[in-house]
Amino acid sequence: MMALHSLPPRTRRSLKRLLAGVACSLTLCSVAHTALAADPVPAPDAALVEKGRYVAAAADCAACHTAESGKPYAGNYAFTLPIGTLYASNITPDKTHGIGRWTEAEFVRAIREGIRPDGASLYPAMPYPSYARMTDEDLHALYLYFMHGVQPVAQAVKPNAIPWPLSVRFPLTLWRWMFAPTPQDARTATLHRPYPTAEQARGAYLVEGPGHCGACHTERGLAMQEKALTAQDGAAYLAGGKPVDGWTPPPLRGEALTGLQSWSKADIAAFLQTGRNMHGSAFGSMEPAVHHGTQSLTEADLLAMAAYLKTLPARVEQTPYKADPAATKALRSGGSLTAGQLLYLNNCAACHGSNGKGFPTVFPPLAGNPTVLTAQPDSVIHIILAGGTLRGTQGAPSAFTMPGFASRLTNVEIATVATFIRQAWGNTAPAVTDMEVNNLRKTLPHPTAQSLTPPPAP
Amino acid sequence: MTDKTLPPVDAVVVGAGWAGCIMAKELCEAGLSVVMLERGGRRSTATDGAYPASLDELEGAVRYKLFQNLAHTTVTVRNRTDQQALPYRRLAAFLPGEGVGGAGLHWTGVHFRAMPQDLRLRSHITERYGRKFIPEGMALQDYGVTYEELEPFFDRAEKVFGTSGEAYSVGGKIVGKGNPFAPDRSDDFPLPPLRDVYTAHLFRKAAAEAGYNPYAMPAANASHPYTNPYGAQMGPCNFCGYCSDYACYMYAKASPNVNILPALRRHENFTLRTNAHVLKVLLDSTGKKATGVVYQDAEGNQITQPAGLVILAAFQFHNVHLMLLSGIGKPYDPHSNTGTVGRNFTYQNITNSTVLMPATRTTDQFIGSAGGVAVDDFNCDNFDHGPHGFIGGSPLWVNQAGVKPIAGAKGAMTNGARWGSDWKRQALDSYRHSFTINAQGSNMAYRDVYLDLDPTWKDAYGQPLLRMTFDWKDNDIRMNRYVVSKLDKVVKALGARDVHYGMRDPAKPFDVRDYQTTHLCGGAIMGEDPKTSALNRYLQSWDVPNVFVVGANAFPQGMGYNPTGLVAALAYWSAHHIRTQWLKGAGGPLVTP
Repeated sequence: MMALHSLPPRTRRSLKRLLAGVACSLTLCSVAHTALAADPVPAPDAALVEKGRYVAAAADCAACHTAESGKPYAGNYAFTLPIGTLYASNITPDKTHGIGRWTEAEFVRAIREGIRPDGASLYPAMPYPSYARMTDEDLHALYLYFMHGVQPVAQAVKPNAIPWPLSVRFPLTLWRWMFAPTPQDARTATLHRPYPTAEQARGAYLVEGPGHCGACHTERGLAMQEKALTAQDGAAYLAGGKPVDGWTPPPLRGEALTGLQSWSKADIAAFLQTGRNMHGSAFGSMEPAVHHGTQSLTEADLLAMAAYLKTLPARVEQTPYKADPAATKALRSGGSLTAGQLLYLNNCAACHGSNGKGFPTVFPPLAGNPTVLTAQPDSVIHIILAGGTLRGTQGAPSAFTMPGFASRLTNVEIATVATFIRQAWGNTAPAVTDMEVNNLRKTLPHPTAQSLTPPPAP
Repeated sequence: MTDKTLPPVDAVVVGAGWAGCIMAKELCEAGLSVVMLERGGRRSTATDGAYPASLDELEGAVRYKLFQNLAHTTVTVRNRTDQQALPYRRLAAFLPGEGVGGAGLHWTGVHFRAMPQDLRLRSHITERYGRKFIPEGMALQDYGVTYEELEPFFDRAEKVFGTSGEAYSVGGKIVGKGNPFAPDRSDDFPLPPLRDVYTAHLFRKAAAEAGYNPYAMPAANASHPYTNPYGAQMGPCNFCGYCSDYACYMYAKASPNVNILPALRRHENFTLRTNAHVLKVLLDSTGKKATGVVYQDAEGNQITQPAGLVILAAFQFHNVHLMLLSGIGKPYDPHSNTGTVGRNFTYQNITNSTVLMPATRTTDQFIGSAGGVAVDDFNCDNFDHGPHGFIGGSPLWVNQAGVKPIAGAKGAMTNGARWGSDWKRQALDSYRHSFTINAQGSNMAYRDVYLDLDPTWKDAYGQPLLRMTFDWKDNDIRMNRYVVSKLDKVVKALGARDVHYGMRDPAKPFDVRDYQTTHLCGGAIMGEDPKTSALNRYLQSWDVPNVFVVGANAFPQGMGYNPTGLVAALAYWSAHHIRTQWLKGAGGPLVTP
């Protein structure tokens, strides 16, 4: 598990989920290169290629197919699992190592149905149950982009290292039959339902389709299938996932406390565009999703996604957050403080304020912040331990880094201060135990090492 | 080691501090391919300002983490021309930065404009007091640019820096309780002033009682969260006091790293190379055109970077050093009073007075910011110099930027005790109840105060060190003593228990072991006459017109204010004329001598 966690979180999560259900019988999706097709190259149309670039951002392809400091889409991103290591595929148009020989039909089938040109099933780390609803036009543009807008990279994908019998592949096909919709059904479900506005229709398409938000924000079933793939499938859709890699995906529905009830359409769009708004800042697995994906979308599309999300009613009734000044008063009193209050003052208050309001959009608020208030405390514990960086975006070039406190605070201290934060200023979330902190600490790449990067030598 | 030549770029910028980052941003916006060379390493808030580990006085202010490594290169210093200069081996009197952000990362953030009279001091003094008022040997000069011309660029710099302050007059109308001596502004400060810390509040009251005009010091410490015109964001100052010598963990102190680099790095035509120590500017066979620079990388390789435009934007004396090493302009000779590079080397004339308040007043010296309260009644030419016979002036201020424990102990106001229980009692008393008032004054230029290449000492790269010949002069000593004497009324109004006046001692020469300021100026000054200035009014070398030299090296004399605001405005001024005139012309001189 240690090795798994040495990976950036976004690429780990789908795999890890999947693993829990079907790991014993997975086959590896060694990158498909096939000698099938004839040269697929149609005349490139610059506008269509650009549109394809945009679709690739909306579908966040780079997050999994571009290795850190690797060439774009050249694969070799390591997925280190307890059963072995596998590597993300090269999806550049290189004819030998990439997808340069794929026809458009083969490309579309892989994306929508998870089937390689040679007939083998793709690993469902590839979110094809969501991509199944993508339009012909988008996939056509996406294909042209990958053929003409991406530099071919002659980089072989490293051979996967997973021993038999775990490498047997047929259960993947079973999984696909059981849980993946046909492209026809998927498109009917998302594109042909009635929407009050064209904006909501567009938003539903982006969220349920290329955006594959449900991959994290919808809870998974026993076989690690998403319990709902569209709003039509019921209130489980985007109702918040179980913690993955120590980050708790909050609900994207109208929950008063932990969901988006208090976020306006504009708030949601700003968050997706810049990774920050008056309610909070992106961290954990969401930060790369903004970085690789949503920051590149148009404001109209981001507002559409927001408009659609705002139509999803709360699954769970919650009492809205109500500010309580008691903790602020205590922190400012100069009087005797509880252990949690003192830890907060000495480690957190400089940036997040004694009133817990932070200084959005620089330092996010803790009071009333949905990610602080989720029942599962993983996100709060994790960010205190490991810190995090919100990188600059096109709309907000400044990067902000919260240092990690793993080397400074003990498990008991982190539990104490996290409990204080979850119960101060009107926050009402369950206490955190040192065992929970300990469990999360064990998953960090270097459990005792501080996360602060030493400055470069002069 | 391998030596190589890289593909040419449009512009190379030497130094990644304020001047370099401003110039690089402007040139990238103009569409030029820009390589910025920084001899130090990468620095950022995330690594150098991580909370709370970065709040370490020993690391920051005693071991000088963010400052220049003098083991590689330094300067030699002497007081008089008949002395042998010796290398400055331990940081003390002045503290140049190193690494991305330069001095702009470790500064406090005091952000002044310049007084109009200071920019044309020779003309102003001559007009008001007559030519004979200027003493023999004083090389008083005008900048060649006026406050009115620079005003839009002062304004631009404040908006980029997120400067907090209180205006006095905007667009000719009195709008607030700012400095009544300050010149008119086209716009207000982007942020309201920082709140007075307690000692500044006491000083404000006492100064007003004394009949002076106290005002909130303008500070590039954000009083509120702020987003600048580049989209770069700042957090709010929380008065923790870790400004000077530290990377501000609140992102509240303006720095190139926080305010410019996030946007600059997004330009595809921008490249930053660190650990690149520039050895010289390369000139063609005519000596009138720069062809690029040569630098040494961390592995010792000598790399040639050809460029069509060379911007020297290193620290003040490094710019002068590079000009001398490269043969740009004629070196100054104090004996014949000819040559331009090295002349008008100046500093700043600061002394600190300590006030001990009654035991009922706890001064909370540990907190602070770049703000504070100042009076300008004795700065510049805001008072009649006729009866005094000296030129220049000094603001007086309480600029409490956080006195940490080591500094508090070392600077304790005692009756001479240096150890033991008596010292402890007094040090505690002093830390709890004292505070400092600074007189930060001007320093005029003199014929025998200058920079040149040292004939003896060489740096780690085998090049001669830069030699400083510097001492305090009668004019500036008398100015300091006069202004400090004006504190008397303030101290009385404060009801102080005790006071120690810090005054320039005429018997004591300049001593590199005592901290002064890092506000070194001149050496490659701007002006209107190529015989007495190295640069024209656009900071362009008179001699090599595709070299611009940006920084406090351009100041003809030292002023009472901190230099960064003027450095930034001059950088925007220079960049504006490069963009609108130089790039559109044939690349020749912007001013015909």
